[in-house]
Amino acid sequence: MNPMLLLMQANAFTHFYNPAAPISGAPWLWFTILKLLVVFTVIMVGVAYLTLAERKISAWIQDRYGPNRVGPQGLFQPLADGLKNIMKEETYPDGAYKPLFILAPMMSFIPALITFAVIPFAAPLHTRWGYVTMSIANAPIGFLYILAITSLGVYGIVLAGWSSNNKYSLLGGLRSSAQMVSYEVAMGMATVAVLLLAGNVSLEGIVEQQVHSGWNAFPLLIGFFIFLVAAFAETNRLPFDLPEAESELIAGYHTEYSAMKFSMFFIAEYSNMITASALMTTLFFGGWSVPFWTSVNVAPWVWWKTLITLIAFTIKVVFFLFLFMWVRWTLPRFRYDQLMGLGWKFMLPVALGYIVIMSGALLVLQAVGIAPDARWLGFVPVYWAILGILNLVLAALVFVVLDRGRIVSPAYSRIEAARIARLRARSVRSALTPVEGD
Amino acid sequence: MAIQVKVLDRPLAQTSYVRAMLKGMAITFKHLVDPHKKTVQYPEQKWDISPRWRGTHRMLTDENGKAKCVACGLCPQICPANCIKLVPGEDEEGNRYPLVYEIDEFRCIFCGYCQEVCPEEAIHVGRHYENAEYSRAGFVYDLERLMAQTHPVCEMWDPADPKGE
Repeated sequence: MNPMLLLMQANAFTHFYNPAAPISGAPWLWFTILKLLVVFTVIMVGVAYLTLAERKISAWIQDRYGPNRVGPQGLFQPLADGLKNIMKEETYPDGAYKPLFILAPMMSFIPALITFAVIPFAAPLHTRWGYVTMSIANAPIGFLYILAITSLGVYGIVLAGWSSNNKYSLLGGLRSSAQMVSYEVAMGMATVAVLLLAGNVSLEGIVEQQVHSGWNAFPLLIGFFIFLVAAFAETNRLPFDLPEAESELIAGYHTEYSAMKFSMFFIAEYSNMITASALMTTLFFGGWSVPFWTSVNVAPWVWWKTLITLIAFTIKVVFFLFLFMWVRWTLPRFRYDQLMGLGWKFMLPVALGYIVIMSGALLVLQAVGIAPDARWLGFVPVYWAILGILNLVLAALVFVVLDRGRIVSPAYSRIEAARIARLRARSVRSALTPVEGD
Repeated sequence: MAIQVKVLDRPLAQTSYVRAMLKGMAITFKHLVDPHKKTVQYPEQKWDISPRWRGTHRMLTDENGKAKCVACGLCPQICPANCIKLVPGEDEEGNRYPLVYEIDEFRCIFCGYCQEVCPEEAIHVGRHYENAEYSRAGFVYDLERLMAQTHPVCEMWDPADPKGE
């Protein structure tokens, strides 16, 4: 009922990683450096292969083969692309403001890479010096850190657009900033429900809560849906790729970029995708936890538990990466007014209303006396199920009631008769338009 | 003129973005798992070209390895693109032969008239399309080169057998 109670529940989770003590001192430093190197390498290689995966999936969806000339089945294509990008000439447009022109790719590249630092990607590893958490930095403010850093990426894009001295680039940058600002709000709001449920902003804490009371995707279905849409918008992926919009803006903010600087924007986009996928996994799909096999997800930690949970995490992330690509090669780009309408008139009100409903539901459950880890008949996770059913009802409402040409207004969206009459009357009043004799 | 707003009262099935999106995703997924690929993997796998394909030329030779051409001059005469250069010569026995026979494959429009008009069935258009060269000069085929070609030649359309059976 009161916030202190929630806080105390959160504190109960701090015993999660025992019995072994956390690693400290010199081994901690060495393990952190090792984790840094491994994660950096995996992300860079992952990005390289994501470009290949994207081309392959787009090809398969379009009944083509995709790149299949470099190496077996085109597997070395990313190497060829990388080599090409390094060898190419760096060009600077005449009117470009050079310092920012050079700085912009870095400003988009660095936040994209450092966001992954707080995401736990496996169960803690047990070593002789103590356990090692499988995230680079086990930050207690994990989720806030991610929200803060991901919004920095937009600076790179806006500055790239401005410093290029190209009107299309500038438009791309402006669109990007408008889009990011609009969807970040909904994204943050959508995750409030997760934080309410976990009583914690540490990503480890959120994973742990899901280990105990089931994945959040079902009891927070609407929150997940809003987060998913916002994640697409935040990563500038179709159907939200207005900053790039090849057909209107050539390539948007990176029109004037070549070689490695262009490549950095590309890497930033893909590593943002990885981070967004990892974040969705962590917040809504149980992070690294393995479903239906709870003994893997809890202490005492053994090395094979780390391995299995790592594999589980990878599978979940790869699923979301696939979803990103699948959606990209299915949906057309939104119109600008549709984008803004969806962000401000649909996502934000729904997210806000959702916070109210979910916190109300949590309070009711608390008042009734159903604990998050209560089980009916020994196995039915009642807390989880009740919230899930509530969300199914809400989802049905959202999709059926609101999806009458309102979520994304089509070109032929319905106009009320009164408004037409008003438009007609205005045109009659106008001296420039002769009145039709009907 | 008053603003005429055409209001279409469409059923929900046509205005629902969610439904349209799910339908689209189902279609793309279907293609992903069950593709209908038409791509020909070119260098390894080649397209069956028609027997009447008209490509770069070939000069046929007789049993002595000499060009069948008698330098009658009909092919430069009929050529609409004016791409055949023929200088006739005559040996001691009075047989005419081409001293110079050059075809500029860049000018050629591959109409096949030269093959049709040739009384000796000497010059042919070929069933061949891989013609890359490093220089423009390489596309002027001289007699030696035309004789050295080995690719199959075009079967011209036969009015008696219009379908090529």
